[in-house]
Amino acid sequence: MNWISNVVRPKIRDFLARREVPENLWVKCPETGQMVFHKDLEANLFVIPGSGYHMRMGAAARLKATFDDAAYEEVSLPDVATDPLKFRDERRYADRLKDARAKTGMQDAVKVGTGLLEGLPVTIAVQDFSFMGGSLGMAAGEAVVTGLQTAAAKGTPFIIFAASGGARMQEGILSLMQMPRTTVAIQELREARKPYIVVLTNPTTGGVTASYAMLGDVQISEPGALIGFAGPRVIEQTIREKLPDGFQRAEYLREHGMIDMVVHRHQMRETLGRLCRMLVKAPAVPPKARLPRPATA
Amino acid sequence: MRSYLDFEKPVAELEAKVEELRALSTGDGVAIAEDVQRLETKAREALVQLYSNLTPWQKTLVARHPLRPHFSDYAKSLFTDFTPLAGDRKFGEDEAIIGGFARFRGEAVCVIGHEKGSNTESRIRHNFGMARPEGYRKAVRIMELADRFQLPVVALVDTAGAYPGIGAEERGQAEAIARSIDACLALTVPNVAMIIGEGGSGGAIATATANKVLMLEHAVYSVISPEGAASILWRDTAKAQEAATNMKITAQDLLRFGIVDTIIKEPTGGAHRDAKAAIAAAGDAIADAMASLAGMDGITVRKARREKFLAIGRTL
Repeated sequence: MNWISNVVRPKIRDFLARREVPENLWVKCPETGQMVFHKDLEANLFVIPGSGYHMRMGAAARLKATFDDAAYEEVSLPDVATDPLKFRDERRYADRLKDARAKTGMQDAVKVGTGLLEGLPVTIAVQDFSFMGGSLGMAAGEAVVTGLQTAAAKGTPFIIFAASGGARMQEGILSLMQMPRTTVAIQELREARKPYIVVLTNPTTGGVTASYAMLGDVQISEPGALIGFAGPRVIEQTIREKLPDGFQRAEYLREHGMIDMVVHRHQMRETLGRLCRMLVKAPAVPPKARLPRPATA
Repeated sequence: MRSYLDFEKPVAELEAKVEELRALSTGDGVAIAEDVQRLETKAREALVQLYSNLTPWQKTLVARHPLRPHFSDYAKSLFTDFTPLAGDRKFGEDEAIIGGFARFRGEAVCVIGHEKGSNTESRIRHNFGMARPEGYRKAVRIMELADRFQLPVVALVDTAGAYPGIGAEERGQAEAIARSIDACLALTVPNVAMIIGEGGSGGAIATATANKVLMLEHAVYSVISPEGAASILWRDTAKAQEAATNMKITAQDLLRFGIVDTIIKEPTGGAHRDAKAAIAAAGDAIADAMASLAGMDGITVRKARREKFLAIGRTL
């Protein structure tokens, strides 16, 4: 506390607090409490160096970290109707959208890029949890459809990094319709015989898991990611029991036969590249030619 | 004994009076007969008035009415030779979803539907219409058979949603729903879905991804229950009525958004007042929908379904 926080009106104080506190400089590991310098974390692909905890990763950072030389072309996404329900809860959905756009600099939750992955042309979509919880609305649905159709048209594999709390409730039934809509595009990619690889990241739940995020030819997850249909709280309330340890975590899903592999973020590029190359019958990358991962701690 | 919803109280009072007078008038009395008739007309008018202006929340209550006809009622009247199949061939049998072969107006079809149950014993057996992965996997199995033998699919939808439980999650609830949507979209035979009561989120779309989607006049169809939306978005379950309104969950709203193709009119006072008439109207609507899809070859019918869903929302 200093004189300014006592004297200045709350609104201004809020503003000052947001600007002045260097919350971006140090990040705390949610598992161990360890403090990590933000720059170090970024350089380590947002994996806490000591504990190996995988922090969330934004869409742009993910695309950069996945494509060769961090180079890709962003796929332009179709415009969709804004707030067709004229929805409001405690606030207007239109205002929430505006805030999310201002806060993230993104138009909506999904970004799509094309480029090379270990020398092979691929199309990659990333769902960004920081945009309204990565929720699946018309814009995100249209982005996934566009990504899949781009991959089919260009004849490339399609990779999606999923992260979502589920459907965007403020778009009502139109958000539910993204489940069949994205599935149509998956079927088109299958007919083009191009691989569809899903990487589940923390967390992926609800309508997203109940559609495109569970329909991959190969299902990968990052360590520790929460993956499920119903959220743990809903289940706990329904059955009135404590949930088992590790319930709905990536490792648990693998044990129950629901995903193929749990892959550390540092090995993700190499894994995706290897899989894609085999599935399109491209020759293996000679070990020496393999690019180092974008950065190391 | 009729069961009334809270908002039906004015009608309930009038009808109770009619009953009372009837009981008194066993002996004589033209005057009483006239009174009865007057009150009956009044009750009828009150009912018409009430049901022509139901709020989305009131429709939610009507859609969940315990006496509303359920899948088994429809199955009994609309189909002959109904031969249900059991099990997903992987883990178990889930009676929240019933399905199999049947004849609809003479023609062999595949039928799939959520069953909520009608008394304590059957509600428990059917898990209140909330399916586990096995239910959706059985539906997928039936759709694959439908495709192989080129039988059209009729799906009746009536579920609060997929069951949220430990076992359901362990056995891949999300994957099961995703595969069921996938199976609907892969069909090379026509499919018709009808929301007869509650169309609850992923649990509903799992079988409602159809060439033609029909919906009863007072049914509801939404991405999350009004109570769920209220608790998440308003952090207050008491706001369920507001959530029901704002989410646009009625057949009338969904027709406007191009989500449903046809609304089936219900008898005055809702399907539960005259199940027979409601089911008959539903049967005619299914027949019309089937007729509109007849003669299309498999690839065309699948393409039409895919294009229909891709087009949803694009012109709003």
